Amino acid sequence: MNGIHDLGGMTCFGPVEAEPDEPVFHSDWERRVFAINVAAGAAVGPLDYRRHGIERMPPDIYVRSSYYEKWLARMELLVAETGMLDHPPKQPAQSPDEFESIVYAGRPANRDDARAAPHFAVGDRVRALNLNPTGHTRLPRYVRGRVGQIHRLHGTHVFPDTNAHGQGESPQPLYNVRFAATELWGPAASARDSLYIDLWEDYLEPCESR
Amino acid sequence: MSTHDAPPNPYLAPRRTADESRELEARVAKLERALTDRGIVTRETLDRVVDLYEHDIGPMNGARVVAHAWCDPEFRARLLDDATAAIAELGYSGLQGEHMVAVENTSDVHNVVVCTLCSCYPWPVLGLPPTWYKSPAYRSRVVIDPRGVLADFGLTIPDDVEIRVWDSSAEIRYLVLPEPPANADSMDEEALAALVTRDAMIGVAKVAAG
Repeated sequence: MNGIHDLGGMTCFGPVEAEPDEPVFHSDWERRVFAINVAAGAAVGPLDYRRHGIERMPPDIYVRSSYYEKWLARMELLVAETGMLDHPPKQPAQSPDEFESIVYAGRPANRDDARAAPHFAVGDRVRALNLNPTGHTRLPRYVRGRVGQIHRLHGTHVFPDTNAHGQGESPQPLYNVRFAATELWGPAASARDSLYIDLWEDYLEPCESR
Repeated sequence: MSTHDAPPNPYLAPRRTADESRELEARVAKLERALTDRGIVTRETLDRVVDLYEHDIGPMNGARVVAHAWCDPEFRARLLDDATAAIAELGYSGLQGEHMVAVENTSDVHNVVVCTLCSCYPWPVLGLPPTWYKSPAYRSRVVIDPRGVLADFGLTIPDDVEIRVWDSSAEIRYLVLPEPPANADSMDEEALAALVTRDAMIGVAKVAAG
């Protein structure tokens, strides 16, 4: 979805302003909504589905909402959409210790048992496809159609574009791709600088020459 | 590209009235009650999550990783080769840090990390992100104008230093290994760790001498 969340390259938001000695949370409701998202998120659906929940916020509300206000709006939306309150789980909720073990173990997104042979090798020139899907994607607009170079292969990872929509994990090779700043932003950008971004194989095509 | 046509950022200002804050608190309480009443999550688990991220998981973890890399060249090599495994050697792992990559600042290269599409951040080593990292101002502009954004933080990068911006678009999380301070040789690892700031590990600051 070409949504407001895809912010890369906009310059209309003014300077970055850091808050000195910022606390982890600014109020108790932020603590609670953070913990609800972390501890109850998996019961709602995959991470990619939950991210798309934020992307579906009305754009004017998105830019005016704080981070944890977005997390609240997303959980309200997805709890209602999944109907999970009407079909509570049969398993008892995780204990604090059980969930703490998940916090420290994490939920890896690689699927090495589904490893697919990567089409590209480090150093290959690739073009990010000009895709404009209506659902969730992690291909930002600012790299679409641009030419970069494979910097690193990360392995085989869950594909967000399908996983967000109940269409399966579709694991596929994930690459880090380097783009020259001038390729993305034109001649005003520094010729020295570059941008590195992680892109799945379905976002890329080979590019033999410019 | 470092001047601003945009007005001072209106999105970060404390702008919630007391009534709006009460409404947010009520919405969060209602959501928490709905989920706990149905056994989807327990209040005790939510309390534990808050406690972990407020007290145990934060930038002091990443600072220990950085200081150890400065003091132990073999660990530094392992960190740059396989950051997930190297960071786990020091006991840090978990949600939003399942797949770590460390990028090293040198006299020739300066790295800076962002997530333009949401606010992905390496929780196990840096804790939860500051508000500015999640702001539209940072997410939008650091990719197109990294030198201007770093100047917002008071950091001027010479023209002959290459800037690499890392957009965390997948489940890979990036940790900047800053340059050690000038007097690092005269300090032990613990003293060095105390100098390493969150901002230096995102790449918007340097580590000052102790």
